[in-house]
Parts: sequence; C-alpha cells; structure tokens
Amino acid sequence: MTNNSRKSARVRPYLVTGGRTRSRRPLLLETLISVVEFDPALEKTLIPESWRIYELCRSRQSVAEISTRLKLPLGVVRVLVCDLSDQGRVRVHATSIDSEQDQRDLLERVLRGLQTIS
Amino acid sequence: MGYRPSPEGDGASAISAKIVIAGGFGVGKTTFVGSVSEVPTLSTEALMTEVSAPVDDLEETPDKTTTTVAMDFGRITLDSELVLYLFGTPGQPRFWFMWDDLVRGALGAVILVDTRRLSDCFPAVNYFENDCDVPFIIAVNQFDDAPVYPLEEVREALAVGPNVPIVNCDAREGVDARGVLTEAIKHALAVTG
Repeated sequence: MTNNSRKSARVRPYLVTGGRTRSRRPLLLETLISVVEFDPALEKTLIPESWRIYELCRSRQSVAEISTRLKLPLGVVRVLVCDLSDQGRVRVHATSIDSEQDQRDLLERVLRGLQTIS
Repeated sequence: MGYRPSPEGDGASAISAKIVIAGGFGVGKTTFVGSVSEVPTLSTEALMTEVSAPVDDLEETPDKTTTTVAMDFGRITLDSELVLYLFGTPGQPRFWFMWDDLVRGALGAVILVDTRRLSDCFPAVNYFENDCDVPFIIAVNQFDDAPVYPLEEVREALAVGPNVPIVNCDAREGVDARGVLTEAIKHALAVTG
C-alpha cells in the first residue's frame, strides 16, 4: 500500500471530524471510502460500528451512503472513517476540493459523462 | 506493456463529485433526484443538536433538543472512476445551518422553482447569491396544473441577474433532469473561466 500523499498533508482548518487533523482529505458527504486490503481478523479488534463500516466499504461507498446503509448519524460515520483512515485500513478518495484536482478537468469529465448517458 | 485495468475500477484514482438540488419544501427535489438516480433515492440522517440558549450562557444545561434532519440523495456513475452524487437540501428553512456542510465542494447547484409558490425559493436564491460561491442555475419545475410563464418573467420575479441560466423542466422526467444537470455543469464551466 502506498502512503505517499504527503504532498497534500496540509492541515485543513474546516475538518469536521471531531477536531482531529490527521486525515489528509476532508470527509464530504460524497467522499468515497474503500477498504485497502480486507482483513477479516479486524472483526476482533475494531468496535462493532467501525467493523460494519469496514465491511461495507469492501465495495466503494460514499460517506452519505455509509450513514444511510448502516443507519449511523453522519457525524459518527465521519469520526469512525477518519480513525480507520488514520490506521491505514481504508482509502479516502479524492473529491472536487482535493488540492491536486483540476476543477476544469473534473467539470469537463462530468459534462462528458452526463452527455453520454443522456 | 503489462498494463492491466484496475480491478472493478476500485483503484485509488476514483473520484466523486456532487451537485446540490435546492428549493422550497415540496417543489420536487426528491422527484428530481429520483428521476436521474441509478439507485432508489436514499436518505441519510444527520443528527442535529439545536441549542435554544445563547452560546455564551454559562447555565449548566442549556435547553437542547435533538433533531434528525433527513437529506435525500441519489447517485449517477459517470464512468468506472467517477461518481456523481445529487443532494437535495432539506426544505424547511430552520435547517439552513447545515447547508454549508451540504454544499461544500459542490460543482454546482440547481434551484428548483414552482411558479405557483415562487417565494418559497427566495431563501435558496439568497443563499447561493450571497453566502457561498457555488455556481447555480434556476430550473422551473413545470407542474401540470401550474400556469406557464415566460422564463424572462420568472427571472424578473426572482430578481436574478442575466448571468444566471433559467431553464424549464419536468422533474419527473429523467431526460429533463439530466438536461438540467448538464446546464448546471456548463454554467459552472463558464464561470470557472
């Protein structure tokens, strides 16, 4: 597993995860979360809610979807995902506000996508 | 040589984006989201603690009530590495304090309007004009029994500038809703410069 996103490790002041500042990416409602490498042994070490999130994210889920599917409040999901991310268990994917994301590129990609499915 | 597609598109480069669907209560936001979403409209609940006492009050327990706010959302997978989410804003004005969280990072916003209850969308228009920098467009949701007004009249009634696109749509029709989203992204591209 590569852990080389140091470039974007600047602290973002609006982090919404209980004051923790270690997450490299803010957890927006649409931020996708996925398990890096599934380890069934974690069931014994994670708290039940974290385990459920971990298990669910074997397939990519947004923060909002995790909240919906597990019936957990958004705030709780954010804190637990942040912890899982700090432990290197899950990957926090990029969104439009990612520092390395070119906004124009993304808009053009979305536009192409919308026109293709139309 | 040796290149392989990443398994199920679940690689590190996956990215997500969102468009916010705003407007008054009952204007068709959930219908709009549902007509383009590839999954049944989902609803997430944000647990809110409303404090009814002033922040500086040092009294031991300020009156707090816990409220659950439901936000509807849908998903469109645009390619194997790009997912677009649509979020409907909670309609009730008293939940406005959570709009900043909802809107953060949005590529654009659509304000849905019902011409029979035009003033219902004023708060949303005010918010996007003054309180955030997400580019927005207006979409008139043409209800069957509502009178049809020329879009320029709607613009005048809403007092939005000529730079804000206004379109007609039927929120029940996926083709229409996708058209509106396309307009929103085109507008965002135009103002991104």
